[in-house]
Amino acid sequence: MTKPWSITIASGGKWSGIIGRGKLICFTALEAGANVSIQFYNARDLTERYNMPDTLKAQYTAHLTKGNILMSDNGRAMASFVQDSLGWHDTISGYTSRLATDAKYGATNYQELRNEWLRSGQENFAVELVRSGLGMRDMMPVVNLFSKVSCDLEGKMHFAVDHCPAGAAVTLRTEMDVLMVLSNTPNPLDPREFYPSVPVKLEVLAAEPVHEQDACLNHRAENRRAFENTWEYYELSGF
Amino acid sequence: MGVFNRVESPRKAEEALYNEVVLAGDGWMHELKPGQVLRIVDLEGNQAADTLFYDADNPEDHYSAVATIAGQGNIYLTAGSVLRAESGKELLTIVADTCGRHDTVGGSCSAQSNAVRYAHEKLSMHNCRDTFMLQLAKHDGAYTKRDLAPNVNFFMNVPVTPEGGLKFDDGVSSPGAYVEMQSHGRTMVLISNCPQLNNPCNAYNPTPIRVLIWEK
Ligand SMILES: [Zn+2]
Repeated sequence: MTKPWSITIASGGKWSGIIGRGKLICFTALEAGANVSIQFYNARDLTERYNMPDTLKAQYTAHLTKGNILMSDNGRAMASFVQDSLGWHDTISGYTSRLATDAKYGATNYQELRNEWLRSGQENFAVELVRSGLGMRDMMPVVNLFSKVSCDLEGKMHFAVDHCPAGAAVTLRTEMDVLMVLSNTPNPLDPREFYPSVPVKLEVLAAEPVHEQDACLNHRAENRRAFENTWEYYELSGF
Repeated sequence: MGVFNRVESPRKAEEALYNEVVLAGDGWMHELKPGQVLRIVDLEGNQAADTLFYDADNPEDHYSAVATIAGQGNIYLTAGSVLRAESGKELLTIVADTCGRHDTVGGSCSAQSNAVRYAHEKLSMHNCRDTFMLQLAKHDGAYTKRDLAPNVNFFMNVPVTPEGGLKFDDGVSSPGAYVEMQSHGRTMVLISNCPQLNNPCNAYNPTPIRVLIWEK
């Protein structure tokens, strides 16, 4: 890519598209308190997708930040966290449903509010998955960028309300050709009574090739094996 | 390390309408009718029963680990936990539990995850995802790999630390410990009795489990 491609996803907005391997996807929260829910699929084989448990187990973590990778259910590195101003992104809380959105923020509809009605992650994902020939059975745990959800010793989950300031930024590098499906809708555990989703800017540009000192490649031996699996896949397939 | 919530069941094994053993490393797929109660018994202790659920009236609505834990605001499953589908629908409720805590963050093993976690040479080992897929293959295409979502690991303890780390503190179950859940509607249950030989979840020795079903 000669110059970055860019789009701003409005509050409640959605987007899906194929992003080839070897690109940087930079996300910037344009206001405080952002949350972007994302699902990832292998663009060339949509049955392969982001796997939350494998990602967390292999890296001995329950949150995501620089150095971490997103692993597929086929043991491959899909994307890497190469830059992160926040230190914590959530992947255990899922996305909002229509029922929960209405219950929490009050029922809204297009007929009264036009495009100001409150979208849910469930509906946003449903639309974008069907667009790519997928469906509800393909709904899986998401990565919630900009959100921090921690657990106390009893297992109780806590959403950190002041985690994301305006201007917070995180950059993912694609290690595979991915179908990225995103919904700019609240984290389900966000306790605030107003609909908190804020605009998020996306920029995509070319990444440097992964070099031997790369922080994500070297984060753990598990990460390296996942990269090796991805490289083997591309060598064998010739993609 | 937090509380363990133990609740015994009043149900008697001799009154069960179904009572079978699932051998180490084997799979089991069975439909529950509305109100039926499924008990899974950890016969020898520290065996992982990797379990998935589907709304049998709408199989594309699979169990959702994250909808379940976000719905209760707690990452551990025990008596009182409502097991939810991806749509948010309530599939089953855990009604008894003598283990006290079960994991649903850690997912199942697969050939590929074994290779990533331990060594490329582990790819050939038997694993839960293969067990799941063999069971799915017996249902005439009604279920596919796309229906394999993150599951419940009954009898496993995978604590999340306040700092956001993930630990594997196995050894919380014991011989004869059981968990019981009541189905709200028609629910398909898919179990892989984990054959994992690489981590101490089952003391490197997979053992049988027992499944029992009562009318209510
Ligand atoms: Zn297993």
